[in-house]
Amino acid sequence: MLGIIRQRAASKVSHASSLEQGIRTLRAFSSSAKQMTVRDALNSALDEEMSADPKVFVMGEEVGEYQGAYKITKGLLDKYGPERVIDTPITEAGFAGIGVGAAYYGLRPVIEFMTFNFSMQAIDHIINSAAKSNYMSAGQISVPIVFRGPNGAAAGVGAQHSQCYAAWYASCPGLKVLAPYSSEDARGLLKAAIRDPDPVVFLENELLYGESFPVSAEVLDSSFCLPIGKAKIEREGKDVTITAFSKMVGYALQAAEILAKEGISAEVINLRSIRPLDRSTINTSVRKTNRLVTLEEGFPQHGVGAEICATVVEDSFEYLDAPVERISGADVPMPYAANLERMAVPQVEDIVRAAKRACYRSS
Amino acid sequence: MALYLSKSGKHLPNLKQKFGLLRRINNNLSSCSWSCCFHHQNQPSLSPIPIGIIPTLFSFRRFESSKPDKHLGSLHNHGGGHPQVLNFPGGKVKFTPDLKFLSDYPDERVHCYRVLDGSGQTVGSNFVQIEKDVALKMYKDMVTLQTMDTIFYEAQRQGRISFYVTATGEEAINIASAAALTIDDLVFPQYREAGVLLWRGFTLQEFAHQCFGNKYDNGKGRQMPAHYGSNKHNYFTVASTVATQIPHAVGAAYSLKMDGRDACTITYFGDGGTSTGDFHAAMNFAAVMEVPVILLCRNNGWAISTPVSDQFRSDGVVVKGQAYGVRSIRVDGNDALAVFSAVHFARKMAISESQPVLIEALTYRAGHHSTSDDSSKYRPIEEIEWWKEAQNPVARFRKWLEGQGWWAPTSESELREYARHEVLQAIQVAEKVDKPDLAQLFTDVYDVPPSNLIDQEKSLRESVERHPHEYSH
Repeated sequence: MLGIIRQRAASKVSHASSLEQGIRTLRAFSSSAKQMTVRDALNSALDEEMSADPKVFVMGEEVGEYQGAYKITKGLLDKYGPERVIDTPITEAGFAGIGVGAAYYGLRPVIEFMTFNFSMQAIDHIINSAAKSNYMSAGQISVPIVFRGPNGAAAGVGAQHSQCYAAWYASCPGLKVLAPYSSEDARGLLKAAIRDPDPVVFLENELLYGESFPVSAEVLDSSFCLPIGKAKIEREGKDVTITAFSKMVGYALQAAEILAKEGISAEVINLRSIRPLDRSTINTSVRKTNRLVTLEEGFPQHGVGAEICATVVEDSFEYLDAPVERISGADVPMPYAANLERMAVPQVEDIVRAAKRACYRSS
Repeated sequence: MALYLSKSGKHLPNLKQKFGLLRRINNNLSSCSWSCCFHHQNQPSLSPIPIGIIPTLFSFRRFESSKPDKHLGSLHNHGGGHPQVLNFPGGKVKFTPDLKFLSDYPDERVHCYRVLDGSGQTVGSNFVQIEKDVALKMYKDMVTLQTMDTIFYEAQRQGRISFYVTATGEEAINIASAAALTIDDLVFPQYREAGVLLWRGFTLQEFAHQCFGNKYDNGKGRQMPAHYGSNKHNYFTVASTVATQIPHAVGAAYSLKMDGRDACTITYFGDGGTSTGDFHAAMNFAAVMEVPVILLCRNNGWAISTPVSDQFRSDGVVVKGQAYGVRSIRVDGNDALAVFSAVHFARKMAISESQPVLIEALTYRAGHHSTSDDSSKYRPIEEIEWWKEAQNPVARFRKWLEGQGWWAPTSESELREYARHEVLQAIQVAEKVDKPDLAQLFTDVYDVPPSNLIDQEKSLRESVERHPHEYSH
């Protein structure tokens, strides 16, 4: 598939866009890439997968009549009917369990949590009924289910609506955990998740839903799919590696721009897949730059950055020229007041400062 | 409720055509036939319904009740000016000037359906006639289950297996419910339903292999004893989590409905399981989604050491059905014929009308909760003994078989000897079989083994090679 070829090539070729240019000129289409919001990317991916496979169905609160709490499932009820777009009563534990049961018998449910904070109500079904079932049943029960919804901080929604669950879910064997950033990520990874025979936790971001990204023709193709377990090098660099996922990828890219003006070339890795983690890409990058900054929005202790740091220390210790810098959210439940909230999540300046520290350049 | 229904209402004609599950549409139903058989404000006890009438009475009613209400927005009833009734969201409700609370507990508890009395004589004629060969298989399987339970329990006490749960006292629930289903019906067990798997053809040897967690265990040594599972027998693998199987059964029933299959799902759980959030969500969903599921509660009086009086204050579990809009029945769980009939008709209703049915089978947990429990610590031994002897479901069914002329006393000792021999043999064989290979540590985590596990297996094998004395086999 072109999408995958481009992905593999990108990690070898010096810059992905030159290949993309090449592909574009080969086709007879116009050379200006289309813009697509992440919301539309997710909606179109759901639509196409539901169209291609009658076993795929969507279930969650407000997904039908309301068109989705964040309009991700807009238009699906009208197109596919209430048997395939199911509005549920308020019980995450209930509909997650029911989704798992439907998957046990062969349907492919896409369960929406209004936010992943509410998934805590259903976490027993996600872990004990979905993640572990294939193993516990010795391969007799496969659970091709996708749990998706917004994850992490939004804006002014307080402690119970702002937690990032990447680290919790990614620690569990049997689950796959994906975190898209761009519209291309959203389309490719959601399609991959729906087609995957294993249970997948798909962590979106509310603030990214409205953001537009360029999408090429092959991304728009209904067969487009991204591989699970491969990170993407969003920006090549040689002085310091910055790993990030979801919204933080955008922040890292902004920081890289600022760093470039100060003569520091930062390589930004969009993880895309938290479990399985693309340790190979991360280590290859660190062996090139010799410095690492991990970036995430979630709580610092036992976070994704801790795992990345450990893997680099285990595999590429001799290559490190500086201690690993971890940037994360503050170790407090998310406050509401805008100024406090701003201080509780990483900002671009934090990333710039950390990168400079890693390069032994005090700011 | 009415708002939701009206939106789904326009899709109902599609549903009916698409799934074709309705077999009989009876247009001559009167609206009072619904209410006279169910709880009324003033009549808390459920009147017994002649069983043969049930399919006729209710086969169409289900869809009729969920048609969109044409007077959704109107304040008055048709025929102008009935201020006694208001069309609230959820439907029309009659007003009353009486300040009356519904009772917390009925004057008379819901009656319990029973066909065989204590001496094995049938009472009444409202039950499904069972063929001789089915009845004999039922009895043989009940005895085999009893024997298997006794001997495996002993094996745990001797330290040969680490853990076991018996179904002592619940043999009728296990076997009779299984006998009333077909192999296409999906079973979502809790952990006291090994008899259902036995009925379906899982061999004693296979049970033993699982309990010993050896390399022939079709569960690949992944789980504790008694956590059986077999796709071949449509019996979903037992999980230790309480009541999680209930919403699973509802979800799978939804799959069956989408498939248009002539099959239902059945799920078993205890009195304790009904306290969980999963029970509530599953019952509610099953009713709203209209799926073919039988929810069978084995109310055996005890959840480990918690008696039902500490578990809930309702009239048992059967009354919870109506709270969710689910048809329900209370049945004597120690009466194999009654259990058979109840499950037989529940299955018919579930499939033909695509709706859930709740069965509360009253029984007694004659054994301990598991081998990790000594129930004499929290209940009198005389009570346990009484239920074990006087209400023994196996003995009661045998008396009926003897009355039919289908079972001789000589056959009894023969059967028991045979069952005992087979179980002992299975244990002896399973005990000697090797444990699963190292590779089984790493398979089935995902559909395709991930690279990190492939690496880990490789490095583990290298370690085993280098230090063989540290790894016994």
